[in-house]
Amino acid sequence: MIRVALPPHLRTLAHVKEDVLLEVTGPVTRASVLDALEARYPMLRGTIRDHATAQRRPFLRFFACQRDLTHEPPDAPLPDAVASGAEPFLVIGAIAGG
Amino acid sequence: MSGVRVLVGTRKGAFILTADGKRERWNVSGPHFAGWEIYHVKGSLADPNRLYASQSSGWFGQVIQRSCDGGKTWETPGGGMGKTPEGMPTGESNKFVYDATPETGQPLTTHQWYDGTQHPWEFKRVWHLEPSLTDPDTAYAGVEDAGLFRTSDGGKTWQELSGLRGHGTGPKWQPGAGGMCLHTILLDPTNARRMYAAISAAGAFRSDDAGKTWKPINRGLRSQYIPDPNAEVGHCVHRIALHRSRPNVLFMQKHWDVLRSDDAGDNWHEVSGNLPTDFGFVIDVHAHEPDTIYVVPIKSDSEHYVPDGKLRVFRSRNGGNEWEALTKGLPQRDCYVNVLRDAMAIDSLDQCGVYFGTTGGQVYMSPDSGDNWTPIVRDLPAVLSVEVQTLQ
Repeated sequence: MIRVALPPHLRTLAHVKEDVLLEVTGPVTRASVLDALEARYPMLRGTIRDHATAQRRPFLRFFACQRDLTHEPPDAPLPDAVASGAEPFLVIGAIAGG
Repeated sequence: MSGVRVLVGTRKGAFILTADGKRERWNVSGPHFAGWEIYHVKGSLADPNRLYASQSSGWFGQVIQRSCDGGKTWETPGGGMGKTPEGMPTGESNKFVYDATPETGQPLTTHQWYDGTQHPWEFKRVWHLEPSLTDPDTAYAGVEDAGLFRTSDGGKTWQELSGLRGHGTGPKWQPGAGGMCLHTILLDPTNARRMYAAISAAGAFRSDDAGKTWKPINRGLRSQYIPDPNAEVGHCVHRIALHRSRPNVLFMQKHWDVLRSDDAGDNWHEVSGNLPTDFGFVIDVHAHEPDTIYVVPIKSDSEHYVPDGKLRVFRSRNGGNEWEALTKGLPQRDCYVNVLRDAMAIDSLDQCGVYFGTTGGQVYMSPDSGDNWTPIVRDLPAVLSVEVQTLQ
């Protein structure tokens, strides 16, 4: 199972309290993980990737295994530790005031 | 037993304020959707327990929330209620995708950008939700970049009424400093095919075929901040309002100027009269007196606060031009708040109540048509919108 750590506002929206566990079929990539996440929690559609363009929303980043994967191609394989469930895939909201 | 439910949208969540018909003791619930910007919350006239809320954030975009029990519980329509045979939630509630040209799939039109070039429409957020007068599952959404969407399934899916953007003047529309937003939607209670929309900075528009086709209705508006002050479009209309019993008479708070139309928007004339400044955002009409209107003058477009440190609502009893300051119970020194365009509402109890919220987080209420005011709450986040439901 893939573990996805969501920022607090998206956990509230999805009605989950902890990391989300997802079954991903095929290669474990950012795109396949987000596809699985949005299929399981449709209320999150549009909140991480724009509805019209499917692009990452500008103030979100993707981290895993102490690495910033934000600018990796969406179909690039995620680290083995994410694919095995040992490490979470983190969706991070950029720090901002207000 | 009659009562009122006040729906308050703020920069950091929604609040629901309830009281009985005396409007003396208030119950405050919230924040709902804590930490999110709530541009607007509005209830259905056809089913007062059906509420719609626009929830958005710079990080996570737009979410539509719906309540079927007067705001006690909320759901993202289609995003958790329905389930597939495998038990998975179905649908989505927050998808606003502009129509494209059917032949090519290219953008329907473009609008003026800040540098004078043409720019494609890009969805940012829902500013205003207007439920149908007759069907709780039907509602309209006014969005930024300016467009009008409609749902007929309780907010599960939204479709654009693209005749508004596509009627021909779209390339002349332009964003103001606050963006290019469709912020006002008025439904004619006597004619189901007639509706109005207002856009900053494009102007006012009317449809006479239930939103299919639209035309600008800005004759009489004069705006010094555009090259042709009398242009067909380009005016920064801040808010329009009508009375249910006389829907052909419209009142408008423009960027500068308060105006009135007696012919459904075909022609406008200024009624700013003796206002201390005619810049402002809100305008609303008394529930039982179609010629009694309210505005909150703001000092200027570069000083978005009330003039002279005094929070004053101005009331005209004769449809404009002659205005009186309403001050009892409102701060009359050292006050520098703003009252945003969707932040005033009127209840329809026999003793008409008037409500407004400020960027300082106060929600004020008058139970006697504006003669006396009292704060319901003083310390909310900045108030973006106020609506009130009169409950029987």
